[in-house]
Amino acid sequence: MAIVLTDLEIAELEKMANTLRQDVIRMTASVGQGHLGGPLGMAEVFSALYFKVLRHDPKNPDWGERSRFILSNGHICPVQYAALARSGYFPVEELTTYRKINSRLQGHPHVGSLPGIENSGGPLGQGISQAVGRALAALQAGWKHRVYCMTSDGEHDEGQTWEALLFAGSRHLRNLTVLLDRNNIQIDYHTERYIPLEPLVDKYHAFKWHVIEIDGHNVRQVVEACDHANDIFDGPTVVICHAIPGKGVDYMENDPEWHDSTLTSEQAEEALRNLRVVEDEIDRKIATLKGRVAA
Amino acid sequence: MIREDAHLVSNLFAEDLVKKATRDGYGEGLLELGGINNDVWALCGDLTTSTRAKAFAEAFPDRFVEAGVAEQNMAGIAAGLALEGKIPFASSFACFSPGRNWDQIRVSIAYSEANVKIASSHTGLEVGGDGASHQACEDIAMMRALPNFIVVAPCDAIETKKAVFAAAEHVGPVYIRFAREKTALFTTGKTPFEIGRAVTLTDGDDAAIIACGTMVYLSLLAAKSMFDSGMSVRVVDMHTIKPLDEEIVVKAASECGCIVTVEEHQVYGGLGGAVAEVLGREYPVPLEIIGVNDLFGESGKAAELWEKYGLTSTSIAKATKKAIKRKGAFGKRRAA
Repeated sequence: MAIVLTDLEIAELEKMANTLRQDVIRMTASVGQGHLGGPLGMAEVFSALYFKVLRHDPKNPDWGERSRFILSNGHICPVQYAALARSGYFPVEELTTYRKINSRLQGHPHVGSLPGIENSGGPLGQGISQAVGRALAALQAGWKHRVYCMTSDGEHDEGQTWEALLFAGSRHLRNLTVLLDRNNIQIDYHTERYIPLEPLVDKYHAFKWHVIEIDGHNVRQVVEACDHANDIFDGPTVVICHAIPGKGVDYMENDPEWHDSTLTSEQAEEALRNLRVVEDEIDRKIATLKGRVAA
Repeated sequence: MIREDAHLVSNLFAEDLVKKATRDGYGEGLLELGGINNDVWALCGDLTTSTRAKAFAEAFPDRFVEAGVAEQNMAGIAAGLALEGKIPFASSFACFSPGRNWDQIRVSIAYSEANVKIASSHTGLEVGGDGASHQACEDIAMMRALPNFIVVAPCDAIETKKAVFAAAEHVGPVYIRFAREKTALFTTGKTPFEIGRAVTLTDGDDAAIIACGTMVYLSLLAAKSMFDSGMSVRVVDMHTIKPLDEEIVVKAASECGCIVTVEEHQVYGGLGGAVAEVLGREYPVPLEIIGVNDLFGESGKAAELWEKYGLTSTSIAKATKKAIKRKGAFGKRRAA
């Protein structure tokens, strides 16, 4: 049955996305390094995934029936760490240990270090293959859970990505959903400048994937697209999430320079101030909606 | 000379000694294992006949993944299967796996401690006609450098089969290297095999030859020829290169006073390097490293290549005599 979200639920997911953004700013500012563009751009997607789409139990991270979530573009892990902490996998205070010595929050995720992390990642292109392996194991055993994999557009320069897409399409892996962060940047430039990925939808169709394109900043569309993918039985689905890198911090938006840059404490403060303004707006919306529900 | 507890075949040096390729030991072991353990999966990159994964593929199609000519994806799929509790054996030629997919093996498998077995055929020069591109002589060095990995190079088909079972028993990443050509089948079911524990095949204290893979039998031939001329040479089957059986290396150094290593692999970074690391730290003695001498191979028959590149019982015996000679002079150059 299709998921129907109320306006209140939408507002709460938007608020969580805002919280994740603030966490990302605090984490990277605390250590003075780390990735910003991708994590900020994927805040709505991670909010929707961890607070609506994924079946998971933070108190029992190895629950057999959980949805599997593979992060292929491991560098955007700050937003995943924030989502895990806010879900209750570990204390929120631990987020500021990101990239510091003796931390469970490695610069790129390491499976086994932190509950909720399902794969080691960072070197690009490796995630979809692992998701395929998990999907094959589930299909062979008749397990019902779904396998999700987050990838980025820049990762599509890697040959392994296409090996995995070709394999998954040919094997009709119906239990696999890939979420693609289509933010049009990579480290050196915009993705279409030297090695254009377009026409991306046609490429996926040619590889026998079902394609859904959404606004990656619209939590309702993220939830509905993931829900829709459950009803596709003849193959894997890719949800192309069009997103703005650095979303929510105006001076970072759409700028490849902010893929991985150092925040000064003034810049961090300014970003958090901006985000708190948005948070206040969402809070007022939530209060109105709750009032309406109460009335 | 031959140790009884090694349980080698009785006709060890006979002309009619049976020959069998180590890749056949892999195929048979994998098939048998698949029948016993439902968690065992196999993957292959378009080489099922050559790697001998075919028998498993036909017997257990629902636990076999034909990955196509895509070794990077194959390694990743294996990691995913392992993280779901399966025991995948990813099969290919060593020039492709780990040659092509070392980064995937490093991050998706080794760093994740995924319970994947990388099983690679066509190692060494004896690949033959395919030439240097396909003669993997660098794989031990590549795999030995990876944390969490066990590296095994069995000496014959029987030992390869044992290695397959031991790899499945071990929880964690294992690399098994084997080869294409038929080579002497000289161990038996009774020959001991335990990961990390080398097997001493002959007694001797003039020199010790520590060998792995296809070179173990040639080392026995070298020891035999030296024995016939009055020298006693210890031969050790160092089937596990990582973790190296350091105890047996130090014992050999202290009791024999010199060591020769032999491998069908580059002389840098392989078994010779591993033994040198232990000797340098624990018990320095003269060491001769026999292997592919920092060169690429070429097309030819296995025997011709071994001859041309110095991997024969004669060259092993020659190096062993050199090592014995060096015993007296060892350390003096520095003192002078």
